[in-house]
Amino acid sequence: MKNVKNVISVLVNDQSGVLSRISGLFSRRGFNIDSITVGPAEEVGLSRMTIVVRGDEPTVEQVMKQLHKLIDVIKVINITHEPNVTRELALIKVMVTANTRPEVLNLIEPFRASVVDVSRNSLIVQVVGDESKITAMLELLRPYGIKEVARTGVVSLLRGTTTKDS
Amino acid sequence: MSASGAKTEKEKINGAQMVIECLKQEGVDLVFGYPGGAIMKVYDALYDSGLKHILARHEQGAIHAADGYARATGKVGVCIATSGPGATNLVTGIATAYMDSVPLVCITGQVGTDLLGTDAFQEADITGITMPITKHNYLVKHIKEIPRVMKEAFHIARTGRPGPVLIDFCKDVGVQLAEFSYPDSVYIRSYNPTYAPNKGQIKKLAKVIKEAKKPLIMTGGGMIRSNASNELYKVAKTANIPVVSTFNGLGAFPGSDELHLGMLGMHGTIAANWAVNECDLLLNFGARFDDRVTGKLDEFAKHAKIVHVDIDPAEIGKNISAHIPIVGDLKNVLEALIEHVEPLDIEEWRTQVKFWKSEYPLTYLKGDGKLRPQFVIDTICQKTDSKAIIATDVGQHQMWTSQYYTFNEANQFFSSGGLGTMGYGLPAAIGAQLGRPERQTICISGDGSVQMNIQELATISEHQIPLKLAILNNGALGMVRQWQEMFFQKRYSQTIFKGHPDFVKLAEAYSIKAFRATTPEEAEQIIDEALAFEGPCVLEFVVEQSENVFPFIPPGAPVENMMRGDE
Ligand SMILES: Cc1ncc(C[n+]2csc(CCOP(=O)(O)OP(=O)(O)O)c2C)c(N)n1
Repeated sequence: MKNVKNVISVLVNDQSGVLSRISGLFSRRGFNIDSITVGPAEEVGLSRMTIVVRGDEPTVEQVMKQLHKLIDVIKVINITHEPNVTRELALIKVMVTANTRPEVLNLIEPFRASVVDVSRNSLIVQVVGDESKITAMLELLRPYGIKEVARTGVVSLLRGTTTKDS
Repeated sequence: MSASGAKTEKEKINGAQMVIECLKQEGVDLVFGYPGGAIMKVYDALYDSGLKHILARHEQGAIHAADGYARATGKVGVCIATSGPGATNLVTGIATAYMDSVPLVCITGQVGTDLLGTDAFQEADITGITMPITKHNYLVKHIKEIPRVMKEAFHIARTGRPGPVLIDFCKDVGVQLAEFSYPDSVYIRSYNPTYAPNKGQIKKLAKVIKEAKKPLIMTGGGMIRSNASNELYKVAKTANIPVVSTFNGLGAFPGSDELHLGMLGMHGTIAANWAVNECDLLLNFGARFDDRVTGKLDEFAKHAKIVHVDIDPAEIGKNISAHIPIVGDLKNVLEALIEHVEPLDIEEWRTQVKFWKSEYPLTYLKGDGKLRPQFVIDTICQKTDSKAIIATDVGQHQMWTSQYYTFNEANQFFSSGGLGTMGYGLPAAIGAQLGRPERQTICISGDGSVQMNIQELATISEHQIPLKLAILNNGALGMVRQWQEMFFQKRYSQTIFKGHPDFVKLAEAYSIKAFRATTPEEAEQIIDEALAFEGPCVLEFVVEQSENVFPFIPPGAPVENMMRGDE
């Protein structure tokens, strides 16, 4: 029960400083952020953030209440226990040789990952999915030598037409 | 203003004038501040605006004065400072107001938009710095934003859980020109405080009150901010429920009423703390379960159902989980509750708390000719008939004031409860006295605290602000000295002063009348003289250094560990 991962979706005014208001709140209140992503939302002037935070139920409730207190925050919903779609994108630069290249290409196929850059000694693999899928991909590629990884952090939306008011 | 065309063009004014216009539209008549380069244009607009401005001698003095003014009047306090060092000098005052939920609007100058982020002369990222200690803040880069931002700032500062809002104006905004029109209303999509409580929760509340055998009301600062003293009085008196106050809640319920058991928490009365420990229903009205109140969390009110009413949902369940959480304004909550309240049949409980109250009163040694700080406060209380407005600094004198001055009204006692800011008292007293000129205002300070903003004696002298400053001089940073005595084997590291100024001469240097007392008789006499004197004066009481504040529940300890000081 302790330290479960919660996915919080936050709709905010697209103001300068809003990201630091939010991340500052987390650090000074001692909440642990696993990942935070932000981008423009459906309406001009608004952004949607997806924040993955660890904690027990009271902690996560306190996180949400504190987020709600910020004047630029319009909506806060915990979508962990709702039907949702959660995705992350990762770019993985993996070392290859002429011999291992076909092997790697075969390996990534079931993941529906794609190769977005090819050089003599390396490939960049792009993979989209939930966290476990990305972790699995990374584990499979690790033996070949991973040079660099860039991950976006998760983005998340509720399934269906509901938007759930909060 | 041309009357020639079909359309009459409105006169354009500059950004600085617009700021002043907005203040007037908000009904502001007194502001506190300190000028400087980046805010000069605003000061220029202020010059012939008719707005009254009090020039403090330090920006920290200005903002604490605005804070005292806000607490005393219930209005939004306004404070103006320049960029960089002017703005950073406000930080302690902003944090103080934030912790105690005091409505302030702080206006700061900022370097020009073209210089932002270049480490320009006197540049500081004050919106960044104050993000964690303001309710909200703004950086204004264009004149067209001014009316909306000002309107929003005042609205945010005074509504919901009040708090400080900062507006940082880039210097060039002051010279831009635009027509001025002030919005009539505010709409902030993401900000809608809940005032009216949930009806079902009120019914539940009424029910648990009826069923309680040992109910207890705990009033906090929220009670004072929501102006709900009358409603509280009705509820408590009708149902016969005893009341305890937090430090910030003192005065919300009359301290002299037989139902009042005094302050709870670390330096609270024995009666109040035993009552919390024994009650079966604790009604927390507008307090935030601060650690100085609760002590050891899982021991706090361990037999009680907890009801927590607060306008800020984030306070509920933050430290202690509530059986009945109610989000709303206390005035509305108590109004709704009154309809359901009946006299309770709880004689046994009332007898019990009455016994505690009479058996364990606050006491200190008397009659040995020594001048004790408690006696000074006791005497000030008697000689002002409990009617003065009191501001304090932080330390032992602050705790003794909360114990030995009887506060019967809300907004009678001003002190930095949440942040514990030394240096708050004197400027806050200035603001309070200016806000309520008809009331006698007394600042009770320590020899340490008072030196943190002693320069404000000049402000007092300049405006002949008739407050009385009582300095309890124990030659030490008393409260820290007490902890060192108790928990650090009397290793008095940096808490015993050498090289004090002569406070009487110092006051006289500012052309302020001053007195000194070293015995109880002298103390009585100078209090009489000072109260009879019309202008400002300073009273120095040379008191026993070794006095300690009791009762004392050591930090994080359960109530059973209370030190009474008489064992
Ligand atoms: C700005 C600030 N610095 C330090 C402290 C820590 N502190 C709390 S009480 C205290 C001693 C206060 O001494 P004094 O004003 O002489 O009052 P007394 O306790 O002697 O009554 C100190 C240093 C504080 N609260 N605020």
